[in-house]
Formats: sequence, structure tokens, C-alpha cells
Amino acid sequence: MKFNDTLIGAALLALALSILSTVQTYPVIPGQNIGPGAFPGLLATLLAVCAVLLIFKGIKAKTMQRESWVEIGGWVKSWFHLRNFLITIGCLLFYIYTSDKLGFLITAVIITATMFWALEVRRKLIFPIAIIVAFVIHTIFYKGLRVPLPWGLLTPFQW
Amino acid sequence: MTTAVLLQAFWLVFDPYVLLVILCSAMFGLFVGCIPGLSATMATALLVPITFFMPPVPAIAAIVTATAMAIFSGDIPGALLRIPGTPASAAYTDEAYQMTLKGQAEVALGAGLVFSAIGGLFGTIVMVLFSPGLAEIALQFSSFEYFWLVVLGLAGAVFIGNASVLKACISLLLGLLIACIGLENPAAHPRFTFGMNELMSGVELIPMMVGMFAVSELLRYITNIDPPPMIATEKIGNIFAGMWDMLKQYRWPLVRGSALGTIIGIQPGSGADMASWLSYAMSKKFSKEPEKFGTGHVEGIVESGAANNSSLAGAWIPAIVFGIPGDSITAIAIGVLYLKNMNPGPMIFVNNPENIYAIFLVFILANIIMVPLGWLTVKIATKILKVPRNILMPIILVFCIVGSFSINNSVWGVTLILFFGLVSFLLEENGFPVAPAILGVVLGTMMEENFVTSMIKSDGDPLVFFTRPIAMWLAASTFVILLWPVGTWMIDRMRKSEA
Repeated sequence: MKFNDTLIGAALLALALSILSTVQTYPVIPGQNIGPGAFPGLLATLLAVCAVLLIFKGIKAKTMQRESWVEIGGWVKSWFHLRNFLITIGCLLFYIYTSDKLGFLITAVIITATMFWALEVRRKLIFPIAIIVAFVIHTIFYKGLRVPLPWGLLTPFQW
Repeated sequence: MTTAVLLQAFWLVFDPYVLLVILCSAMFGLFVGCIPGLSATMATALLVPITFFMPPVPAIAAIVTATAMAIFSGDIPGALLRIPGTPASAAYTDEAYQMTLKGQAEVALGAGLVFSAIGGLFGTIVMVLFSPGLAEIALQFSSFEYFWLVVLGLAGAVFIGNASVLKACISLLLGLLIACIGLENPAAHPRFTFGMNELMSGVELIPMMVGMFAVSELLRYITNIDPPPMIATEKIGNIFAGMWDMLKQYRWPLVRGSALGTIIGIQPGSGADMASWLSYAMSKKFSKEPEKFGTGHVEGIVESGAANNSSLAGAWIPAIVFGIPGDSITAIAIGVLYLKNMNPGPMIFVNNPENIYAIFLVFILANIIMVPLGWLTVKIATKILKVPRNILMPIILVFCIVGSFSINNSVWGVTLILFFGLVSFLLEENGFPVAPAILGVVLGTMMEENFVTSMIKSDGDPLVFFTRPIAMWLAASTFVILLWPVGTWMIDRMRKSEA
């Protein structure tokens, strides 16, 4: 998905201005002429300059080459690709919100199986591979590298 | 270099555990590089969470070996599918594919392998010879010189690339601003934390890199609407046949490619991709048979194959000596060095010389074992290329999740990979390069510290930044790079108006 540079420039300008207003509230260090806001303030000023240049570039492209505000990529128009993109994001959100309760093994099996389904892996293979993958990765990180992956619902059976 | 230090380094590398790590990461790198869509940077980003649990030498050995292998094996899908496995192979992909169509796949791959290894060894020799001397000079640097070195490095990252300079600048500034988050600043004041405890120590580098280089590539695979590629040939003969003659015939292109690759690698911000493109162009320019380029001629592969691997070692010179990464891979490696309390910079040659010489040895070893392991990979390449990516990609996603979780054992890491994966995907869709951002994040703290220290030393007088001889020279180089595009634009305009 491609946005016209004017839109990106405007968003970056807003970001730069909000950074500049935030750093104004930072304290001044007594006896020093340079405080914690100086460096980010300098960067935000440069970002604002770049953002303005990008806005001009975008306006030029819009008027000279009749560029549209938003150019929707081929993948957004294809339901299969858009759905899979959303599923991938959904899988990460699912892990963030449920892994503590469900535990790593269950969450990993659900995520991998969903992704396999979305990417059209043969149905017979989806769960066997998802379960093997979850157990292998769990063994490497939990047993091998001692990462305390959550057990969640499987806590009574932990090994 | 004392014999005792060298012996110590030797023992550090030739430890069975380190050798096993080198072997495993070599196979991992060869595999990842061979799969189109998985880059050498992604290989590094995926490895980092595992290296987090290793001592410094095997951790760095894993990264060095995996990237060297991935850069070579990126040639394989280039030759067989016309899709470069890593961007570093893109320059001569068409050439290699044309050779495959002419029934010379083994020559293209053999040249890629042998000359990559030689290029890698060339870069390593330069690194071994020049790093200690440079470190001695760097010991005399003050905050003024370091400030300019960082600015020079960042300027290089912005101006030497294919993307729009303005967009590269914005990407860099965003990276530098991300580095401002948290308490780690000279005033120890919490900045941009939004009241979140997780942000107090700043944005963790590893989840951010996994997000930027692995999750975003995964999203690109998911959204790729191109049809799956077809393998051009199943038959690959002896890849070493005729290599000796080729070595004699193309000795100058080999030396030229290796030297150019090393120099480009040293220049911060421009990595193996740039080395490969520039040396391919140079090879064509100096060739006695330039008309054969593009029709399946091996000369360009020899020169740019050597260049992309030699640039890997070159990129480590500023990384080790000054702590300034030469490309995004060394930026990741520097992050690992910091995590291992092996802060890069000239003092590392004084405090941990054995570790530095161990890194040199790993480079040599990696480039030597690349030949037999690369040969094996080429043998089974057609099978690797058939590994179903719809099974591989979800597995990589779970690896990304666990890897980012393992850094501080919380889902905050997973939140970071999601955020940075999405941002990086959107930035690249809109023509913003990601490499300057990562260099900005890695160098941000160093740049601010040196800027603030210098300003305090000079009592707020910015002119002092130009008074010391080396600082002045570095500042001049920075301004040359910064003003170069403006200068060429003005010359172009003047020429046009004259015409």
C-alpha cells in the first residue's frame, strides 16, 4: 500500500512537532547549557525539515504525474493475500494476549496450524506438523536454552 | 600480536562447542540464503536470540559464519530460478541464469563459490592487517573525532544507496529518535516512555531487529502476488571443473572485486549489495569482452561474487575498531557485542585482544569451510529449493515469537516485533530503506554521548568541533558526502542551461 508522499510528510511533520513540544517540558540541567531535550530536539527539527521537503515532493508528484493519494497494492485487492496478511498480524496479537493463559505449546500449535491452513498446506499435514514444530521449538528454547516459556493450561503436566 | 594472545584465540575458536556452533550456523546460513525471500540479514536476525545465550566468541562466530554462507548461497536460486536468494546476489542473477540456460549452471555456481571464498579471505586479510593499526590511532580519538566518525558513518548510510536520499534521511532520523527513548541518556532523564516501565531501558535491539528484518520479510512473502518460480535445471555437474584456469584468466577481476568489496564494506552504510552492484559494473567497464555481459558470461560473477563476500569482512573493520557498523548485519552484530559486554572500539584490542583474534580466525575458518559445505549445498540445491515455503514461513514466525520472548521473558518482545515488523513493511512499501534506521538506532546513543560531551567540553561553542586536526578532516569528509548530491545537481543544471 503506497501513500502519496504528502500524506507521509504530514504525518512525519506532526510527529516532529509533537516531539518538539514534548522536549520543551524536559528539565534543564543546572550549570550546563545542554539538557536531555537538546539532542532529540535537534533530530525533531531535522525531521520537520525533511517532512516539509517530502510534502513538497508529494505535491509535485500529485500535480505533475497525477499520482493518487493512496495506491492500493495488488495484494490488498487479492482477498487471499489480504486475508493472510491479517491472519499473520492476528497470530502475533493472539500470542501476545493468550500465551500466558493458554501456555506456549497450545498457542504455538494454534498459530502454526492457522498459518498452515491460510497458506494452503495439505489438511492432513496441518496438525501433525504444527504439533511437532511446537514441541521441537519448545524443547530447544525451554530445555536447551532455559527460556521460561509459559505452560498455561498445561501447568499440571509440565515436564 | 603476541603468540600467547594468538594461542588463546586459537583455543577459543577450536573448542568443540564453538566448532559445532560454526558448523550448525554454516548449514543454517547456507539454507536460509538458498531460499528466495530469506536474506542474510534475516538469517542474522533469526540467529541473534539464540546467540543471546552463548558466550561472546561462539555468538559472534555464529553470526559471521551464517552471513558469509548466506551471501554465497544466495547465488544458487539466482542461477536456478532467476531470483536472488539474497539482495547481494541480485547484480549478477541474470548473468548466472543465462549461464544455466546455456547448460553451464555448474560454472556459474562454481565461480560463485570459489571466488566468494577467495574474496572473503582477501577481506579478512585486510581486516587482520589494518584493524590493530587503526585501533592504535583510534585510541587517541576524543569525543570530537568520535562524533564526526558517527556522523560520517550515518552520512554514508544515507547517501550510498539506491533509495531516495530524502527518504533515507527520514529513516535515519527515525532510527536516531528511537535510540532517544528511555533513561539511557547523559542526563538520565526518562524520554518518550509514555509512562511505560518497559520503555525505561529503551527499545530492546533484538526484538526490534527481528521485527524489522524477519517479520517484515515474512509479511512480504505473505503479500507476494507473483507466481511461484520454476527451477531452470535439475542437472548440475562438477562445480570445481575449470576453476583453476578461470582463476588464472580472471586474476585481475578477482583482485579488483575483492579490493573494491573490502573498501565498500569499510564505508559505513554500504554493504554487500552495493559492493556486488558496483563491482559488476566495474567488471563490465574494464572487461576485454564487455559485449558478452548479460549473455551468460562468467567474468562479472567472478568479480562481484568476490566483492560481496569481501565486503562482509570489510564492514567489520569500522565495527570492531570504532564501534561503527558498516552495514545492517554488523549493526546487529554490534548489538550482540554490547549485550556480551564486549563493547566494540579501540579498547577491545587492549582489554580482549584474544576475542578479536578469535573473530579473525572465525572469518578465515568460515571462508575455508564455505567451499566443501557450499559444494554440498549445490549438490542438494534442487531439493532445498523445493522445501515448501508455506510450511517454512509459519515455523519462522514461531521462531520470531520465541526469540523475542526469550530476551526478557515477556510478551513485550513479541509486541515489539509486531510493531517494528509492520512499520518496516509499510516503510519499505513506500520506498523508505530500513538499513539507515537500524544504523541510527545502534549509533544514536554513541552520537548523543559524544555530542553532549563535546558541547560540555567546548562550553557550548560549536566551532571547537572543527579545531582538532583529525576532527577537522573527518568533518570535511562528512560535508563532502553530504554536499555531493547538491554539487552534482548544480553541475547538471549548469550544463543544461549552457546547452
